[in-house]
Amino acid sequence: MTPPFGGVFVARTEVLSADDLKRAIWRMAHEIIERNQGLDNVVLIGLQTGGVWLAVLLGEALEEIDGNHPPVGSLDVALYRDDIGLRPVMPEAVTDIPVDLDNRTVVLVDDVLFTGRTIRAALDAIADFGRPRSVQLAVMVDRGHRELPIRPDYIGKNLPTRRDEAVDVHQNGVDLGEMQK
Amino acid sequence: MIIIKNGRVIDATGDRTADVIVDDAGAIAEVGADLATPAGATELDAAGCIVAPGFVDLHAHLRQPGREDAETIETGARGAALGGFTAIVAMPNTAPCMDSAAVIREVLDLGATAMCEVVPSAAITVGRDGEALSPMAELAGLGVRIFTDDGTGVQDDRLMKRALEYSVGLAPATGGAPVTLAQHCEVTSLSAGGCMHEGEWSSKLGIPGQPAEAEELMVQRDIALSRATGARVHFQHMSTGRSVQLIRDAKAEGLPVTAEATTHHFTLTDAECASYDPVFKVHPPLRTEADVQAVKRGLADGTIDAIATDHAPHTQSDKELPFDQAPPGMLGLESALGLALTELDLDIAQILALLSWNPARIAGIDDRHGGPIEPGRRANIAVLDPDHEWTITGEAMASRSANCPYEGKTVKGKVRHTVYEGELVVIDQEAQR
Amino acid sequence: MKHLLTLDDLGADGVREILDLTDTFVEVSERQIPRVPALRGKTVAWLFYEDSTRTRLSFETAAKRLSADTLNFSVSSSSVKKGESLRDTVETVSAMGVDAMVVRHSSAGAPHRIAGWTDASVINAGDGRHAHPTQALLDCFTLRSNLQSFEGRHIAIVGDIKHSRVARSDVRAFTMLGAEVTLVAPQTLLPPCLDGWPVKVSHDLDSVLPTVDALYLLRMQKERMTEALIPSLREYSAGYGLDLARAAQLPQHAVVLHPGPMNRGVEITGEVADLPRTVVLDQVRNGIAVRMAVLYLLLGSGVDLTTTGAQ
Repeated sequence: MTPPFGGVFVARTEVLSADDLKRAIWRMAHEIIERNQGLDNVVLIGLQTGGVWLAVLLGEALEEIDGNHPPVGSLDVALYRDDIGLRPVMPEAVTDIPVDLDNRTVVLVDDVLFTGRTIRAALDAIADFGRPRSVQLAVMVDRGHRELPIRPDYIGKNLPTRRDEAVDVHQNGVDLGEMQK
Repeated sequence: MIIIKNGRVIDATGDRTADVIVDDAGAIAEVGADLATPAGATELDAAGCIVAPGFVDLHAHLRQPGREDAETIETGARGAALGGFTAIVAMPNTAPCMDSAAVIREVLDLGATAMCEVVPSAAITVGRDGEALSPMAELAGLGVRIFTDDGTGVQDDRLMKRALEYSVGLAPATGGAPVTLAQHCEVTSLSAGGCMHEGEWSSKLGIPGQPAEAEELMVQRDIALSRATGARVHFQHMSTGRSVQLIRDAKAEGLPVTAEATTHHFTLTDAECASYDPVFKVHPPLRTEADVQAVKRGLADGTIDAIATDHAPHTQSDKELPFDQAPPGMLGLESALGLALTELDLDIAQILALLSWNPARIAGIDDRHGGPIEPGRRANIAVLDPDHEWTITGEAMASRSANCPYEGKTVKGKVRHTVYEGELVVIDQEAQR
Repeated sequence: MKHLLTLDDLGADGVREILDLTDTFVEVSERQIPRVPALRGKTVAWLFYEDSTRTRLSFETAAKRLSADTLNFSVSSSSVKKGESLRDTVETVSAMGVDAMVVRHSSAGAPHRIAGWTDASVINAGDGRHAHPTQALLDCFTLRSNLQSFEGRHIAIVGDIKHSRVARSDVRAFTMLGAEVTLVAPQTLLPPCLDGWPVKVSHDLDSVLPTVDALYLLRMQKERMTEALIPSLREYSAGYGLDLARAAQLPQHAVVLHPGPMNRGVEITGEVADLPRTVVLDQVRNGIAVRMAVLYLLLGSGVDLTTTGAQ
């Protein structure tokens, strides 16, 4: 589950089915290989908490296609956010960067791209771990409403939303709905 | 002239409904049922109220001379009048200390215009330093009847014995009246550094404690010295159960000892210190619930003769310190009656004895305070409403300071009018000057 | 939670959550650049009315790793010596716009008073003999790393418990988390009254050693001798000091802790201080991470500890 915190997600519409989700991951994996001409130097970093499992699935898809399994890590950006207070640090949200990031191609993986503030925080955090050659962004859902000049490189689904709606990306697909207190 | 009508008159001689007329010379002129109001007399309705001899506080710190920012004789006496006191014994730990004729005369001068009688006590030792005797005969000649080093006890056993011996022979200076040595019982080698009662709470709070034995050992010593010398010893602010028992035994033995307890030692326990608010810091310290109960029993059975306030004003900035650095002491004059009536399960007459005629006798001023309400007596009278409920607040008090530990507490019983030497100094809970 | 004055402000669940959160900051501390912007723009002031290089450095490192700005108000260089009241000092520092005050004071309860005079968060970094909550938290974190859990564990605290804020906070913390605690000291160095303390007491260190999972040695201060609390440091060491022979009586897995600075040769011999089971340097390292967690909780997350569990 992604922010906002506090409240319960109530689904209204199914946006992607479980199969749609698998196909989207498969397609994004192909695009990553194509864009980077293989997987040399590619590292996947899933953003805690919604991007971590997606990064794992993406890594498996890449291995199936290419034969190579890129390193997969996780990153918690709570300590880098400029909107502190919206999200506490959760002890279970571990940061684990498995390799030196210098001169690597880092693909950040998250479930939903919304305002862009999480990604901004992630870029700051990545800079503290090393100096990658490039950083790319893969998201399952781009729901619009950007507040920063951030654009994804790989998109599972473009989904126009209202600001007060919520998007839930889970193993069995993607739902659109609302947060209820 | 004043006439106090329809009050219930209670004094050491009994309890009756009567009107009381006070003449312009400051004496009680007439006491009786349905007296006619003399022409031009101020009439006070005392229906539902008790008319009693004015209270006497054996233990008040008035801070003058020296700390007039915390209290003056004028403001202290005003608070006393509001609390129903017509006489207060001023403790000698002023700056300079009340150990010389000059300082005693200054206090008497300042007290002459106050709203109650200010009775100076004097130090037993020069500078309260515990090393040399003060000029006791000279001071007794000025009217001092109580000597005390209050704030500290006389530590040196031999010096205390000498002081007691010397006090026995002061009749030439006093015209035959006895003097009393009042002791702040605290063996400082045991209490040094201690800021609260040593026990469960001090251990938990990490505040250095003063053990109960620091008080009890000196009570024990002074009982022995009273026995040896025949001198009168008054035990100030008794706070532990064992102290009370020691005095009970000494009285049973017939020794000339008396004792007081403060309002805070029968109402508050050391648990209050958990707030770390120095308003609860006092010497001797607040003790345990068992001690509070023992002090109450002592008040009930006559072991303890008097309720004293140990009124000890301190400025806000002096109390705005960590617990161990703040000075000890709390206000007491205006809350004493309400607390006694609310917290003690005693007859009203017994409470009045503890507040009025018993302490008047100990202070040696029973010729003018605490006597029966009868014609010819000096008109020092308190009119109190035993059912009046009110909430205690330090800021509302007449004191220059506000270090009252009962902030927000509701009690029952308040002084309505106070007559001091025939003058109405308090009318309807308002000080008249 | 606004202030951290004692562990009672946290409760057992709050302590556990801080320990869990500390893992995050241990990871941050191990990074190549051990610094995160979480408290950027926040100001933390040190009000140290008592010397303490170690605790102050630990807090300062923690604040810097979180990108907070720091103000140092030390007594020797300040108006305290000019007679300024505690309240005036606190209000002055408050007016400078600080978000937190880390207070060390020789008087028990001083941080409680200060908390009443400021809008800033007050963190107790040791008050008199009363409490030292962040020391207890780092001790708990260190013990948890070594012993995994507290339930059913036995910890002995040895030494001058009477004058020790560390002992008071540790007793509270260890028992809160389910451990059994034995206080080992001469009677003169125990608090005068232990009613309500969930502890056992022993005067015989040798009989306690084989039964413990951790031994916590307190610093023995030399001035205790002059107060007639012990006859001599030599006699104290003979009865309560940890030497190699005594350390050999400890179970294999048991660890030895000390809040520092150690008096080698008094409560602990040099050889024992250097054994692998003596985890004093781990305590120092963990202290920084624990204090990061505390600062972050009070200033950063804006989330009450009691509500995070649900998420």
